[in-house]
Amino acid sequence: MALENGQKPEDKAELAAVTKPTDWTIVVLRVVAFFATVTATVVMASNKETKSLVVAPPISVTLTAKFQHNPANVYFVIANGIASLHNVFMIVVHFFGDKFKDKGLQLVMVAVLDMMIVALVSSGDGAATFMAELGKKGNSHARWNKICDKFEKYCDRGGGAIISSYIGLLFLLVITVLSIIKLLKRN
Amino acid sequence: MHPNSSAESMAKITKRLCTLVLRLMAVAATLLAAIVMVTSHQRTSNFGISFEVKYNHTPAFQYFAIANAIATVYGFLVLFLPSESQLWRLVVALDVVITVLLSSSFSAALAIGDVGKHGNSYAGWLPICGQVPKYCDHVKAALISSFVGLIIYLLLLLYAIHTVLDPLLLKKT
Repeated sequence: MALENGQKPEDKAELAAVTKPTDWTIVVLRVVAFFATVTATVVMASNKETKSLVVAPPISVTLTAKFQHNPANVYFVIANGIASLHNVFMIVVHFFGDKFKDKGLQLVMVAVLDMMIVALVSSGDGAATFMAELGKKGNSHARWNKICDKFEKYCDRGGGAIISSYIGLLFLLVITVLSIIKLLKRN
Repeated sequence: MHPNSSAESMAKITKRLCTLVLRLMAVAATLLAAIVMVTSHQRTSNFGISFEVKYNHTPAFQYFAIANAIATVYGFLVLFLPSESQLWRLVVALDVVITVLLSSSFSAALAIGDVGKHGNSYAGWLPICGQVPKYCDHVKAALISSFVGLIIYLLLLLYAIHTVLDPLLLKKT
């Protein structure tokens, strides 16, 4: 009995010492993922380029490339926006969630939402990547011309946003796997 | 003692059977998607010029076929894993990766398919589904099948979380 009483606080201290480092790891990863997704959203949403081409000497045509012209880019912006909000929410929950005695569905919702956001961001990335590839190389079989030779800045910015989103996706993936493994260990 | 253990073993067998059936359906869905995409092919001739479309022509569709093939092979191998193995934790993590793969490939193929069906007037891309309707239907079928596989993988992930977290507190500690 005395041994049991003596062992319990030590076990709790050991558990706390073991779980603290992984908690900080996940928070740092979430902060980096947040910055990555916010960068992707903002860069793609501000992606716009205007160019005026001279068709015949007195007549010039102004062409604009906006991100809204492509539904895949719109979905990309929306998906990364939702992912940024999710990251902020998760950071807040991480710091203030321990204050509540009744955790309720907190653990379940964190894991489930993480997975849903990973699926969302990955689909946004996939669509935007292949649209950008189509814009860069065109498709000779379908007779779709490339647009990146005329709108270089637009393509570069879009490419940068997509790369940033991939980095965010990688961090989100690591966070999801870490959370699931942590839950498996706890059980 | 005996009724409890038999009830528990019945629950275990039901759980195992459920996951096996779901995984089998997912393997079938992704296999169907990969095969249907790879065999999509149409050739038409307009004013003497022949116009041929294959899935090869679009890198998004190639990625779609490869991703679904990888998901099929993975799902098939996982079916043979014994239930007491410690590798199930790795399977949960790999399930997340495969879901990401399937999701991004489905989304990419859908985006390119949308350009093929509706065109993009700002970029000067004309829709091609009017000329090759059978190819478009083929691709649509592959997309639907892959979507079913993706939904099943998402359900499997949610089920893994349910088993791990036990939100309804069914297990007695």
